[in-house]
Amino acid sequence: MNLQRRNLMQMTALVGLMASAGLMTEAEAAQWDKAAFEAKSVDDVVKALGGSAPTVSDKVTLRAPDIAENGAVVPVGVESSLNATQMAILVEKNPSALAAMFILPAGAEAWASTRVKMGKSSNVIALVKSDGKWFMASKEVKVTLGGCGG
Amino acid sequence: MSSPMRIRATEKDGVVDVKVLMRHLMETGLRKDKDGKPIPAWFITVLDAKVNSKVLFTAEFGPAVSKDPFLNFKLKGSAKKGDTLEVSWVDNKGETNSSTVEVK
Repeated sequence: MNLQRRNLMQMTALVGLMASAGLMTEAEAAQWDKAAFEAKSVDDVVKALGGSAPTVSDKVTLRAPDIAENGAVVPVGVESSLNATQMAILVEKNPSALAAMFILPAGAEAWASTRVKMGKSSNVIALVKSDGKWFMASKEVKVTLGGCGG
Repeated sequence: MSSPMRIRATEKDGVVDVKVLMRHLMETGLRKDKDGKPIPAWFITVLDAKVNSKVLFTAEFGPAVSKDPFLNFKLKGSAKKGDTLEVSWVDNKGETNSSTVEVK
């Protein structure tokens, strides 16, 4: 058996074993939205998410500082009064705009907060999916020390 | 084996507030080391929170999430005081981490 085939079989067996041990589901490993995270611009991300021209909505709230002193750690929160199934945080001028995404089953509030890296001052955008349509809010965040380490 | 996550889950007025602090380098793949060689991307990709094996919330991260990711989210009607909340993540190398906490 050649090396590649053996490695593939070992990996498959390992994933299967871990799945049955409840440590990681194959679904989890498979579900990361590669296309959306590798898209470069905001428009490309929206397209990858199956949307088009999100509507600016005052029912989407983006919490982010006006000025981020450390671009490596910028606290950003998104919340919505819409009946949301999915939310996303984008940093427009980052090399790849999509920073994080949240999938909300019934019982999860449309509310999430995390910390993101910003390479430079940029618009930060919150996207919220409700009833199959995308809505958004945007805020300019100034960064005094860029966060991509380069 | 990576470090344990710190999770706090507290219920108030029917809403469970969950805060998670993870340890992970979250390398973007854009940095270079001292010799000018690119440091490979290494970051948490998917995290989920479960009670009784039911997924109540999922986060997908890209490398732009800050090092030692912090995540705060809320559950309403799907979890309550006394429940065991399990948070698990997987990264782009296939490494995993999982931790449980009792909702207080």
